[in-house]
Amino acid sequence: MTWHPRLAAAALLLLVAPLSALDGEPGMHDPSTVIQADGRFYVYATGNGLPAFVSDDGWTWRRTGGVMQAVPGGRPGPDVLARGGNNTWAPDIMRVGDRYYLYYSAPGPQPKSAIGLLIGKTLDPASPDYKWEDAGPVVWSDGVEDSNAIDPGVFRDPGNGSLWLTYGSYFGYIRLVELDPKTGKRLHPERAPINVSINSEASIMIFRDGWYYLLVTHGSCCQGGNSSYNIRMGRSRKVTGPFLDNMDVDMLQGGGKLFAGSSGRHIGPGHFGLLALGEGVEKFSLHYESDLDRGGISVLDIRPLLWRDGWPVAGDNLTAGTYEIESARTGTALEMAVQGAPVGGARRGPGGPPPGQGPPQGAPPGTPPGAPPAPRPPIPAQEADQVGANWPGGAAGVRLAPYMLQAQQKWAITPVAGAGGYPGSPYFKITVAGTDRALAATAEAELTVLPAFNGGPEQLWRVDQLTDGTYRLMPKGVPGSKDALALSAVGSSTPTLAAFTPAGDRQRWLIRTP
Amino acid sequence: MTRLRNAIVSAIGALPFAAVVIVATTGQQPSPAPAPATGPPTAPSTPNAPRGPAPSLARPASPTKASDRAGFLQRWLILEPLKVPGQLTEGAVQALVKKEHIPESLTAVPKDGDVVHAGDETLTWHAVDTTAYNVNLFHFAYALSKPTSNVLFWAVTVVDAPREMPGVRLAIGSNAASVWWLNGQEVISLYNDRQAVIDDGVSPRLTLRKGPNVIRAAIVNAGGATDFCARFLDGHDAPIVGLIVRLDAGASATPRP
Repeated sequence: MTWHPRLAAAALLLLVAPLSALDGEPGMHDPSTVIQADGRFYVYATGNGLPAFVSDDGWTWRRTGGVMQAVPGGRPGPDVLARGGNNTWAPDIMRVGDRYYLYYSAPGPQPKSAIGLLIGKTLDPASPDYKWEDAGPVVWSDGVEDSNAIDPGVFRDPGNGSLWLTYGSYFGYIRLVELDPKTGKRLHPERAPINVSINSEASIMIFRDGWYYLLVTHGSCCQGGNSSYNIRMGRSRKVTGPFLDNMDVDMLQGGGKLFAGSSGRHIGPGHFGLLALGEGVEKFSLHYESDLDRGGISVLDIRPLLWRDGWPVAGDNLTAGTYEIESARTGTALEMAVQGAPVGGARRGPGGPPPGQGPPQGAPPGTPPGAPPAPRPPIPAQEADQVGANWPGGAAGVRLAPYMLQAQQKWAITPVAGAGGYPGSPYFKITVAGTDRALAATAEAELTVLPAFNGGPEQLWRVDQLTDGTYRLMPKGVPGSKDALALSAVGSSTPTLAAFTPAGDRQRWLIRTP
Repeated sequence: MTRLRNAIVSAIGALPFAAVVIVATTGQQPSPAPAPATGPPTAPSTPNAPRGPAPSLARPASPTKASDRAGFLQRWLILEPLKVPGQLTEGAVQALVKKEHIPESLTAVPKDGDVVHAGDETLTWHAVDTTAYNVNLFHFAYALSKPTSNVLFWAVTVVDAPREMPGVRLAIGSNAASVWWLNGQEVISLYNDRQAVIDDGVSPRLTLRKGPNVIRAAIVNAGGATDFCARFLDGHDAPIVGLIVRLDAGASATPRP
C-alpha cells in the first residue's frame, strides 16, 4: 500500500475551485460530517490549516479560511506534533453540550500518526467567541503497530449518550475507543482500542432501530478518476461489534456491504457523514474523488439517505426531467385542472365483427372474414402542444386524478440557477411539460398553476427524498406566511399545502418517469 | 338559460306523498335511524308505482340531526332526479348545472315536499336521513320509480355552526360527477365517471359562519349505482363531528353575492 498524497491533491483542487460562492458541491477532500449551527451549515476538510466552509442554505458554499487560524500558534500543539506530524487532514466534528469537538488527523511519516482534538464554543468566525482550544492528542499510532491513526469519526450513542471514536487507515485496523463527553478525550486510556474493521479508512458509525452501523471507505483514494474509493458497511447489535455485512462476513475479515460506488459523472465516493435534518429527513455527506463535470476535482456532495430492509441506502438527488408526481396517500397524480383528453383520442375497443362474420376493423380491402386483425400503429405520447389549445390562458387550478398519461399530468422539474437551494440540491421549478405554466403556492396556502414562471419564491420548489424513497415537495416561500409548508394530499382529488408531519403518507409523493 | 322554473309550490299537499314514497307504505311512523338494508328496494307491482321503502333512507323524525361519529352529514333534501344526457366531462357537467340550476337556489333552502317544474316534469323535494355514511341516490330514485341513469340530482342541507369556524374544508365523495356550493360559492367539482370515495373531493380552506350554512350539490349519474357522502374536516384534516344539521335553519341563511 502506498500512502496517499492527500495534501498535494487538496492543494491542487483549491487552486482550481473558486474561493467563494461555491454554488454547490464545493471542491474539497475528506470532508467532515456536515454540521448545523445557528441556522448555517459548516464542513471542514483536508488541507493546510484545515479548510473551513460555510453555507446559509446547504447548497451555496463559501470558504471561511482555516481552522488553525483560530488555534493558538496556528498549528497543532507540541504533543500532537510529537505523536504524529504537522499535516492536518480529514477532520470530524460534533456538538457535545455547549461546545464543539473537532477531531483532526495529524499524520507524520505514516503510519506514525495522531488524532488531535480542538474545542470551540462557536463555529462562526465572525463571532467574538470564535476560538479553537488545542486539547492535545486523543489517539495515535507509533508507526509499527497495526494502526494508522488518522480519519477520525465521532459517534454519539443515542441509547445512553456515550461518545465513541473510530479511526484508522488501511495499515492494520479500524479502531474504536470510548470518549469522555466532558473532555472529548479517551474515557479509558488504559484499555486497548477495539478493532472493528480492516482494509479501509474514513470510518464512522450511525445508529437506527437497535442496530449500530459502521461505514467505512474501501478502495484507493487521491488518484482522480483512477480512484476506486467506495463506501461499505456492516452492522452490529453492540457498539463494539462485531460488524457483519449482508452476507454475515465480519468487517474485521474484509466484509462490507456496498453503500455507495461510482455512478453517473462521479468517481470514487468516500467519507460518509450523517446529516439528520429532522422531521424524518436524513441525508449524508461524502466526497467524490473525481467530478467529471468539474474537470475531475474532488468535490463535496450531499445526498438523500434511504433505509431498506434494515440497511441504509444511498439515494440520489433529483435531476432535471419530466415526471409524474403521484400521491403516496391516494395513488392519484398531480395535474393541472383542465379537461383531459384520452391519449390517442377517443377510440373504440378492440372492435370488429365477431370472427367469421366479416373482415377485421381497419383491415385492407379484400381481407377475408375471420382473418387476424391488422396490427395497429403505435400511439405517440400526448404532448402539451397537441391538446393545450383548449387550456385556459390564465391561472388554472391543481388537482389529483388517476394518472392517464395525459399532458396536463406530466411535469417538467428543472433546477433553477442562482436561486439558492438546500442540502444537496438547488431549487426547482415545476412546470407542465412542454409549457412555461408553473406550479405555485397561493397566499391561501393552496396551489395554482400560473401562466408563466417568473422565479418568485412561491414558484421555487425544494424536493427532498425521504428515507422510504418517497419525496417531500415544499415551496421556497408561501405569500404572506413564514411557515414552511409541504405539498399535501388532503383527499383523493385535492392537493394543498400544510405543515409537514413525518407520520403518514399525506405528504409523501412518488416522482416517476412517465 | 334556466330549465328548472322557479315554481316551488306549497308543500302542504306534497308532504304525505313524500312520506309514503320515502319511508314505507305501512303507515307507521318510521324509525329515524333504521339499520341499513343491503338489498334493493322491493320490486314494484306496477311500472310507475312507488317501490319503497328505500332501504338506507328514512324520513327525518327529529328537528335536528348531528353529524355521525365520522363527521358525515346524514340529513338532506333531495330533488327527484332530472333526466339529462348523462355526460360527465368537465365541460358537460358545468354546462349542465348552469342550465339546470334553480334561480336564487344556491343559497335558498327548499322545504320537504316542495315541487318544481322542469320542462314537462314535476319534481319533488324530499327530506331524508341516511342510515349510512353516504346517501344512496339509487335507493332514493328507485324507491320513487324514477330513473337512476342519465340523471341529475340536486341535494341541499344546512349546517348550523355553533360559532364561526375558519380553516375548515368540505370533503365529499360522489358517484358520479358532482359540483358543490357552500353558501352560494362553488367549492368542489369532480368530473368523469367515478365512485363515491370518502374525501374524494376536498374544498379549499373555508370559513363556516356562525349559524346556518347552506350546502348545495348537483350530482350527475350516467348509469349504475349513484350516491354521495359529505363531511367537514378541520385544520388537521380530521373529521369534524357533532355538527348540527337542521333543514329549517336555512330560512335565515343570507345568500352571498
